[in-house]
Amino acid sequence: MLKKLTITIIYILLLAFNANAGSDGELILKKDQPKEIKDCFENLNRATFAFNQGLDKAIIKPIAKGYRNLPDPIQRGTGNAARNLSNLITIPNNILQGDIKTAIINTGRLVVNTTVGLLGTIDVANKMGFPKYEKEDYGQTLGAWGIGPGCYLVLPVLGPSTIRDTAGSFVNVLGGDPGYNASVHGNNEFLGEGVFIASKALSGIDFRSNNLDSFNNLEKNSIDFYASLRSLYLQDRENKIKNNQRGRVEVLYKDEGDWEEIDSK
Amino acid sequence: MKKILIIILFFNLSYSHVYSIEPEVFIQSTVNRASQILSKNILKEEKINELKIIAAETVDIRGVGFYSLGSTRKNLNDKEKRIYFDLFENYFLKSFSSRLSEYTNPKIKVQGKKVINKNYTIVNSLLIGTPDRPEVKIDWRVYTKNPDDPLIRDLIIEGLSLARTQKEEFASILNSNDGDINVLFKTLENFTKN
Repeated sequence: MLKKLTITIIYILLLAFNANAGSDGELILKKDQPKEIKDCFENLNRATFAFNQGLDKAIIKPIAKGYRNLPDPIQRGTGNAARNLSNLITIPNNILQGDIKTAIINTGRLVVNTTVGLLGTIDVANKMGFPKYEKEDYGQTLGAWGIGPGCYLVLPVLGPSTIRDTAGSFVNVLGGDPGYNASVHGNNEFLGEGVFIASKALSGIDFRSNNLDSFNNLEKNSIDFYASLRSLYLQDRENKIKNNQRGRVEVLYKDEGDWEEIDSK
Repeated sequence: MKKILIIILFFNLSYSHVYSIEPEVFIQSTVNRASQILSKNILKEEKINELKIIAAETVDIRGVGFYSLGSTRKNLNDKEKRIYFDLFENYFLKSFSSRLSEYTNPKIKVQGKKVINKNYTIVNSLLIGTPDRPEVKIDWRVYTKNPDDPLIRDLIIEGLSLARTQKEEFASILNSNDGDINVLFKTLENFTKN
């Protein structure tokens, strides 16, 4: 029982690595995106953020740096395999969002990459001309259904999230992630809990490694790194929920009138 | 008299046609200038200083500064505004140039534009990927109220607005300090000194 609970907690934590949630700071989840997203647990969030920063500097960043020194094919293969596995969560969410066409395409991608692409290490589907892959998760689906993000949260190890997105992560362990079901609940000799946790950890390291320079740059040039990351996370989440590739003015600025007022000065 | 008026009108129209700068041309020319600097074999500090000159010429620092302050800008008196803009300008130029200076030999290709209204155009561009760096979509919010002198008001990198991030960063500092503008002044000053 304790083991399962531990795995569940680790899993949710690891998910936060991959899912960046946007939040608006209302204690109650409500419909529609609010104009301002409040940080209702800011003191606690900042403390957790400081803890995460320490953890990152001591453990995650050195590992990510080491990972980046690995031969390019190994890094690319790991990144591809992690992305391929994420299809297991993306496909049900495509369906839940009513995007059946993309669900079919992603199923094709998963089959091709897992077989011809040697367990996803080679992105054969991309070479075959499949459309660009966009990850989806249950937090995004809840957002697409019109549920507001709730309070902004910083989770230990995982980092930025929101109440909605954290709730979305729980769906994975309640049967929403076929990979989790097969490895933790399934009786098979090929997939174990260790393999599952290792795959999520590798995915997190791959993400951190790909963003080493941008995080360093942002940290160095921010006057409040916590607030910068919160802003970027929430913007990213809004874009993902609305499936905006480049952002849209009405989403980016919330109030275009803010700029217009400056014009008149 | 009528002929003279027509001639004057004609020259005015011709003048404005010749010197009006299309936003996408303005952005391509600006990024080309920045790329040249970033490709030079000079010290990073020298690159930053040269980038500061370009930023000062092409970015509406005053407008970005006002925007970053949010509603607090309405509460500042003239003296506080002057102090703020001096500090903000130094902060912005250092921050902006330092961020850019991390890139070596960047190639940015302008892809298109979307006119929002007569005051704003979004110019779409792409930072070409390299083996070490994925391609990055960069959009530029260009202030076109004066078509002869367009100015950059925001960079939107992969859908993430730097102006909005900065505004929320400033708001966070103000909110954590009961809206005390002097704390923000001190923070900007410290950033510039370090």
